[in-house]
Amino acid sequence: MSSPAAVKVIGAFDSPFSHRAEAALRLKGVPYELILEDLRNKSELLLTHNPVHKKVPVLLHGDRPAICESLVIVEYVDEAFQGPLLMPADTLARAAARFWASFMDKECGESMWMALWTDGEAQAAAARETKTNLTLIEGQLPVGKRFFGGDAIGYLDIALGWIAHWMRVFVEISGARLLTEEEHPVLCRWAREYTADETVRQCLPDRDRVIAALTPRKELYISIAKAMAAQR
Amino acid sequence: MVAGEEKGLVLLDFWVSPFAQRCRIALAEKGLACESVEQELLGEKGELLLRSNPVHKKVPVLLHAGHAVCESLVILEYIEDAFPEATPRLLPTDPLARAHARFWADYVDKTVYVIGTRLWKLKGEGRAAARAEMLETLRTLEAELGGKAFFGGEEFGFVDVALIPLTSWFYSYEKHGEFSVQEEFPRLAEWARRCGERETVAKILTKPEDVLDFIGVLKKCYGIVE
Repeated sequence: MSSPAAVKVIGAFDSPFSHRAEAALRLKGVPYELILEDLRNKSELLLTHNPVHKKVPVLLHGDRPAICESLVIVEYVDEAFQGPLLMPADTLARAAARFWASFMDKECGESMWMALWTDGEAQAAAARETKTNLTLIEGQLPVGKRFFGGDAIGYLDIALGWIAHWMRVFVEISGARLLTEEEHPVLCRWAREYTADETVRQCLPDRDRVIAALTPRKELYISIAKAMAAQR
Repeated sequence: MVAGEEKGLVLLDFWVSPFAQRCRIALAEKGLACESVEQELLGEKGELLLRSNPVHKKVPVLLHAGHAVCESLVILEYIEDAFPEATPRLLPTDPLARAHARFWADYVDKTVYVIGTRLWKLKGEGRAAARAEMLETLRTLEAELGGKAFFGGEEFGFVDVALIPLTSWFYSYEKHGEFSVQEEFPRLAEWARRCGERETVAKILTKPEDVLDFIGVLKKCYGIVE
């Protein structure tokens, strides 16, 4: 099953999606080369291999056609390489993992963004929605287990890694009261476990570096959030 | 045909939903009998739907021996996983081919219906923008299909199932966007006809005129005057 062909990830240092690809590879024990993109100045390599979305991450496995979309990459890595399985074995659990990963990506983004970067009534409404979503996600943690995958990190932990690391960074930059110990103690504990894991840690960007890199973009984030709020 | 009662398969359905039709086509292709239960979506939603899909309150929902699976593409993968002996397999076994199938099904999900909805809901600049995005999307799909019989190659598969129910909505998109799929995307049009020859697809897809009528009903609901 596992191929000796070289594996490369086209990624970006502060991208939570790029992190998913790297986390999957590291957890499977697959060595890879990381090619860092400057997303404000996208390379020919990226545009050639992801012409449809022009986004990171992109997985290059030997000379096979590129694989794009972070969650597609995670499943590919799980299926193409030996190593501990990232997807649950049980079919219903697999469906649940895919459902909640999709929920995270499709339903949570906008309200989380507005909860972080708008103000007044729009922020309050978005914050309520975000807290409801976080509670739903928190409810998926198996009782008494460290991770969504159980005793070991799995597909859903990787998909939700955004919350564990980036959301806490954004909360610090924005000052919004989200993902607090009082309101989501179980999720906060999971976030600490995930980001402290010795494998995952190696592909998480240093928190202070991310804060320093993203703080100057605060005004941009605010204008994006305002545009979202205007469209609702 | 395997009796639905033995397998305990129930689909919470809505007659015109292209997402529910994905699931019905997959089940029918595999000879898995499933009881389809029509849901009230425009009025008050039923208790079973709200209980089975509390997060989204949407169809389709697949109930398998009482367990609920939600989100059409998640359901398609679940059917593949839960009934490995039911052929044909809609996802290939090779991990790379699976990844590409998932990528394109995801692409269809992010584009066609969402853009199409803006196309009929909006006017003026909004509609023009949606039209441009729809043409770009269909162009991308046409290119991806290329000269193949189906998106995965020789066999009807995952991406075909994901996209084919949306072709019933093409007629409405063409009317609102003033373009012709046959003229601009002949390969896609031919692919749709080829899929339509399959008994499952022919039986399950909504007639394009009925979709247009339904959009008319939705417009009234939203207070949209053409």
